[in-house]
Amino acid sequence: MMASSYSAKEEDGHHSGSAGLGGAAVQTRKPDNTAFKQQRLPAWQPILTAGTVLPAFFIIGLIFIPIGIGLYVTSNNIKEFEIDYTGTEMSSPCFNCSQSFSWNSTTPCRCVLFFSLDQPFESNVFMYYGLSNFYQNHRRYVKSRDDSQLNGDLRSLKEPSKECEPYRTNENKPIAPCGAIANSMFNDTLDLFYIDPNGTKTQILLIKKGIAWWTDKHVKFRNPGGSNPNLTAAFIETAKPVNWHKPVYELDIDSENNGFINEDFIVWMRTAALPTFRKLYRVIQKKNNMTPTLPKGSYSLEVTYNYPVRSFEGRKRMILSTISWMGGKNPFLGIAYITVGSICFFLGVVLLFIHHKYGNRNNSSDVPS
Amino acid sequence: MDLSSIRKLITRYCTGEESWVDSRTVYIGHKEPPPGTEAYIPQRFPDNRIVSSKYTFWNFIPKNLFEQFRRIANFYFLIIFLVQLIIDTPTSPTTSGLPLFFVITVTAIKQGYEDWIRHKADNAINQCPVHVIQHGKVVRKQSQKLRVGDIVQVKENETFPCDLILLSTSREDGTCFVTTASLDGESSHKTYYAVQDTKAFNTAEEVDTLHATIECEQPQPDLYKFVGRINIYLDRDEPIARPLGSENLLLRGATLKNTEYIHAVAIYTGMETKMALNYQSKSQKRSAVEKSMNAYLIVYLCILISKALINTVLKYAWQANPNRDEPWYNQKTETERQRHVLIRAFTDFLAFMVLFNYIIPVSMYVTVEMQKFLGSYFILWDDDMFDEELGEGPLVNTSDLNEELGQVEYVFTDKTGTLTENNMELRECCVDGHVYVPHAVCNGQILPGAAGMDMIDSSPGVDGKEREELFFRALCLCHTVQVKEEETVDGIKRGIHQGKSTSFYISSSPDEVALVEGMNRLGFTYLRLKDSHMEILNREDEMERFELLEVLNFDSVRRRMSVIVRSSSGEYYLFCKGADSSIFPRVVSGKVEQVRARVEHNAVEGLRTLCVAYKKLTHEEYEETCRLLNSAKLALHERDKKLAEAYDVIEKDFILLGATAVEDRLQDKAADTIESLHKAGMKVWVLTGDKMETAAATCYASRLFHRNTQILELTTKRTEEQSLHDVLFDLSRTVLRQHGSMTRDTFSGLSGDCQDYGLIIDGATLSAVLKPTQEGTSNGGNYKEIFLEICRNCSAVLCCRMAPLQKAQIVKLIKASKEHPITLAIGDGANDVSMILEAHVGIGIMGKEGRQAARNSDYAITKFKHLKKMLLVHGHYYYIRIAELVQYFFYKNVCFIFPQFLYQFFCGFSQQPLYDTAYLTLYNISFTSLPILLYSLMEQHINIDILKRDPTLYRDIAKNSLLRWPTFIYWTFLGIFDAVVFFFGAFFLFDNTTFTSNGQLMATNTQMMFGNWTFGTLVFTILVFTVTLKLALDTHYWTWINHFVIWGSLLFYVIFSLLWGGIIWPFLNYQRMYYVFMQMLSSGPAWLSIILLIIVSLLPDVVKKVLCRALWPTTTERIQTKRQCLTAEQSTIFMLSQTSSSVSF
Repeated sequence: MMASSYSAKEEDGHHSGSAGLGGAAVQTRKPDNTAFKQQRLPAWQPILTAGTVLPAFFIIGLIFIPIGIGLYVTSNNIKEFEIDYTGTEMSSPCFNCSQSFSWNSTTPCRCVLFFSLDQPFESNVFMYYGLSNFYQNHRRYVKSRDDSQLNGDLRSLKEPSKECEPYRTNENKPIAPCGAIANSMFNDTLDLFYIDPNGTKTQILLIKKGIAWWTDKHVKFRNPGGSNPNLTAAFIETAKPVNWHKPVYELDIDSENNGFINEDFIVWMRTAALPTFRKLYRVIQKKNNMTPTLPKGSYSLEVTYNYPVRSFEGRKRMILSTISWMGGKNPFLGIAYITVGSICFFLGVVLLFIHHKYGNRNNSSDVPS
Repeated sequence: MDLSSIRKLITRYCTGEESWVDSRTVYIGHKEPPPGTEAYIPQRFPDNRIVSSKYTFWNFIPKNLFEQFRRIANFYFLIIFLVQLIIDTPTSPTTSGLPLFFVITVTAIKQGYEDWIRHKADNAINQCPVHVIQHGKVVRKQSQKLRVGDIVQVKENETFPCDLILLSTSREDGTCFVTTASLDGESSHKTYYAVQDTKAFNTAEEVDTLHATIECEQPQPDLYKFVGRINIYLDRDEPIARPLGSENLLLRGATLKNTEYIHAVAIYTGMETKMALNYQSKSQKRSAVEKSMNAYLIVYLCILISKALINTVLKYAWQANPNRDEPWYNQKTETERQRHVLIRAFTDFLAFMVLFNYIIPVSMYVTVEMQKFLGSYFILWDDDMFDEELGEGPLVNTSDLNEELGQVEYVFTDKTGTLTENNMELRECCVDGHVYVPHAVCNGQILPGAAGMDMIDSSPGVDGKEREELFFRALCLCHTVQVKEEETVDGIKRGIHQGKSTSFYISSSPDEVALVEGMNRLGFTYLRLKDSHMEILNREDEMERFELLEVLNFDSVRRRMSVIVRSSSGEYYLFCKGADSSIFPRVVSGKVEQVRARVEHNAVEGLRTLCVAYKKLTHEEYEETCRLLNSAKLALHERDKKLAEAYDVIEKDFILLGATAVEDRLQDKAADTIESLHKAGMKVWVLTGDKMETAAATCYASRLFHRNTQILELTTKRTEEQSLHDVLFDLSRTVLRQHGSMTRDTFSGLSGDCQDYGLIIDGATLSAVLKPTQEGTSNGGNYKEIFLEICRNCSAVLCCRMAPLQKAQIVKLIKASKEHPITLAIGDGANDVSMILEAHVGIGIMGKEGRQAARNSDYAITKFKHLKKMLLVHGHYYYIRIAELVQYFFYKNVCFIFPQFLYQFFCGFSQQPLYDTAYLTLYNISFTSLPILLYSLMEQHINIDILKRDPTLYRDIAKNSLLRWPTFIYWTFLGIFDAVVFFFGAFFLFDNTTFTSNGQLMATNTQMMFGNWTFGTLVFTILVFTVTLKLALDTHYWTWINHFVIWGSLLFYVIFSLLWGGIIWPFLNYQRMYYVFMQMLSSGPAWLSIILLIIVSLLPDVVKKVLCRALWPTTTERIQTKRQCLTAEQSTIFMLSQTSSSVSF
């Protein structure tokens, strides 16, 4: 590199001198003599040889393996509990609810599942619902929404986008929120109870705020009419989505969490990448340092069963999980890091061998010539 | 009025068919001939408007669009775009429409601008005023209004507005001087002659009274050929007919010099002028790289279609269950439901095609074009190839073939002017065996060298003296040299007397100039041609005048020329000079044996020899000769053949006078260049019209043949003794035996010094070899095969006595042989044009023989030695650059599209795109386009100096080695592997876990979920980084520009993504990317997985490279490693040696 840059300068000096002697007549067609035009720009000329790559491989190996182990351990420390409440089996408490499901039923079907946690869940616990075989990433589904309507645009509220078809209008009134995604919003209600050894049931406080992206809640989703607290007026002349029981302005009594900025709604509107997914439902906040958030013991999950999945062979799950600095439980990343680190290390050894056996031969045979 | 116009229309219509007749009749000054001579059929000729522009204002858009969409790639993208417009596709039409629109617009603007320039140039030419004589007055007219038959007056230094027949000039002798610099680059003044019978019509009034018609052939592009006849109607009824030849024809584009004014009549106008006919575009040559690119394209098209087909089939298999097709949460619209299943399947197929269409990148064509266009500037800029003498550098006429320069296997080179300087000098002349050396006599001192002294001492007797002077006179008279006149007659006399005659003689053949100059030094000076008298100054400074009666011009078939002169004493002489083979058979007396021995001796020395002979004519013989010539010249049809017959009759029964030897020096570093080309694995063939001995001498001198080269001869001399059949089989046996032993040698590892062969073949034998025999095609085909087999095993081939067309034939023969090698033809003269056009790459040398070769070539250089840098450095670089460019483009698009294909398996085959529209559109346009473009302009895997020093490196890339199928498959699989890594890497992160961003990093302590767009963005980020870093790994030459572009484009991606996700874009109807990129970056696992997956995808390629380099290194890699070693361990020593070497250069 040093050498080439040096020679480039040499060349320059030499030629500019001769060009000066050449005179004006020649100058017209004569190309300027710059290092760029003569393709002699100073350059770094690295070459991938066993010798140069070797250290990189060892370094990657040495860095990746500890990271992998760290990730794996962290991931294993995360406590996770999962329970399926679809109710396809006869033995399941929700069997009846799943069988007798009808869109028109006015009385909600309820079922209770009992489970126990073997270990206490220490820090904040996150409660998810999981769906399987639900194609939220289907093209027809993904595009079936109107972002400007959700952003509070009044014109879109009255005249939703064509993409929302066939969930665009109902009885000649525009649907708000329109589209297949909104229409199929998950509407099971999950309640969690701790059952004391002595049999008393205490409901666990589930916090439903702070589960959506901050930017979504405050920028991307907005109720029509701005901060007007009277949502019913804002949504007048619109129809509720066909499959919803309540209109959008009755999703929550808290005005900060109602209408389009309802966090359950926002979470649902972020379509999942894969047909098996989970979405954040509630957060269980840690109370104090003395008692675990969820102590070891028996619990009951009370489900208001509104959401049919049997028709498309889907499953519904409830998941409780703690998190760490790297997110949820994720053994894959740790294992991958360990594997790649080991491979690199192994390759490093192989290359070291090759470098010693062949590298010297190449160099020694060629250098004298 | 009405009737006449109707009649006009009818005649026009009728002549429409007649316009194809062989000749046209032009009525000078639009005057009809006397009645009764011939029916007056006005032919329709175009006006004198030159239209070089392609478009008009009105048809530009449709015509240009049509032209552009004729390209298969553009058409493909148009179809994709239309499909997107018509059916409901996963990506919006803008994603493919925008790039297409961009490409089309840029091309249209470029072409429109070029056409505008052409329009301007056309207008300037078409509207420039010309002087036309009408009714005896000079009238100014716009050039475009000139019509055939108009009499035009052209003044000095004006350019001829169309092709004209010279009627009269301001000079008494009816000559004018013309330069054709803009036509063929020859700046010398050429003399043109007015028709003898009209030269008296000197003024406008006189010319207007001229009553004549011209019959001539229909326009044809050959600049040097013209046949016509003028019929002059004087007062009598019988017209006088005179022949017209190219010496009477003034071509459009040429400029009048040294002549006050001329009168001439227009015969070809507008687009029918020879200049316009010559500017028709050449046939498009396509490079080997382009061909493999198209092959790859077809493979990718197949992959695309099969992908779409597989997905469509799977989609319908999967959807067989109605709950999957239409679950309650995702209903179809009524119109969708009612559509017929076949239509649905078809639109699905098209939608998949649209989704995957990026696998065939529109940007590849743009990038390749830009790379070629911009890359060719490095040739133009190359200082090493700049010629200080000429003040010119190389020319690039087409940039389509840059990479072909790195693929050349056969080099066909002309000898004269290409290998040699074409700077002729008379070395000696031999009169009856006595040798004269001009230098010795001229300077009055005896040159070292026995031959010179010897011959001068043995002065010939009185009879010899006479012969000697006749010989000198013969050389002074028998030529077509012109004397360039200065302002005054005294000037030229002084010039010649002072011995500075060099700059004053002008001729189309440098040999002639050399001869006349040589004569000057021997005491006989040719002064000028005046009133058809040639004036020479003899040794006693006395003026001798000879009337020039006829010139029998030189042609390459006859290989001789003659003049007939009448001396002042009234004797008729015919002097002839020509090649020995064409003179000796026609000689009846003279010292043939001595001269022949001398000629052969000189030929072996590498000198160009000519023989001189004469005969005396009686007056009757002369009359007979004139009659013969005139009847031949007047013929309209087959004039050439008739002339040749006449010449054959006239030029015989000569008395041999002697011979001359002219030296043509080898060009600077010609031998070194040929040696390098040999080392680079190219086969060099010399194709020349020269005779065998001379050519062979040049070949030895230029190290084409070595001392130990075994020469195989395939010449007429040999085929006279044996039949062609036997000779061919003999030779092939010799060669094949050698070949067999050579393969054995390679096994024992001694292949280094095997015998190499050189083949010499002459034109006559070649045509015998190539001629299909009457008995059957199989036999004829066999000869060809055997010949090719012999050639294949010869390292050097010399073809002598070649006609121009035969040169092209040879190139064609090699091109069509079964390996389909890449051929390069290099030459400097008009006789090389056919081979330059025929070869894959044609290189012209801007030499002394005009610019025709340079104009018709793909590249033009100033000296043969520049070929070395052109091929070994530029060709090599261009090839590796474009090879990487093509492979990389396909690779990066596999990486890009294959995850989308995999995603279909997880989204119910619903054509859901994985990436956002902006990413889909910009991936090829901006995120990954600049680094590869810069790479393909800057990459230097090995230094220029090493490439020049070590020609064997050229073999590493021979036979399109970087674009073979295994390499292509490797790249494709690498792409697929990377795509699988990206997709499943991200997939497992999403599938198994709650892949969430860690809220701790952000102020609001939240836990957030990632959706499908985050998934796509994650894959895309890994993709962009991997693909760019892969290129970084392939870059061997990191200038600051490379650093800037590679890191800059990554940075640009990040900044763009931040911006794209950072704002609610008001003009978009979706906000799906809002904050997606930022949220992803705020998640720890995303960072970790990006790093991990990039490394995993780059790993196999790095390992493959390192292993290949360590275990099976190519020559290139050895040299790279060696250099690396040197720089690493002995950098100071290397630096010192480098400096010293550059100083010594």
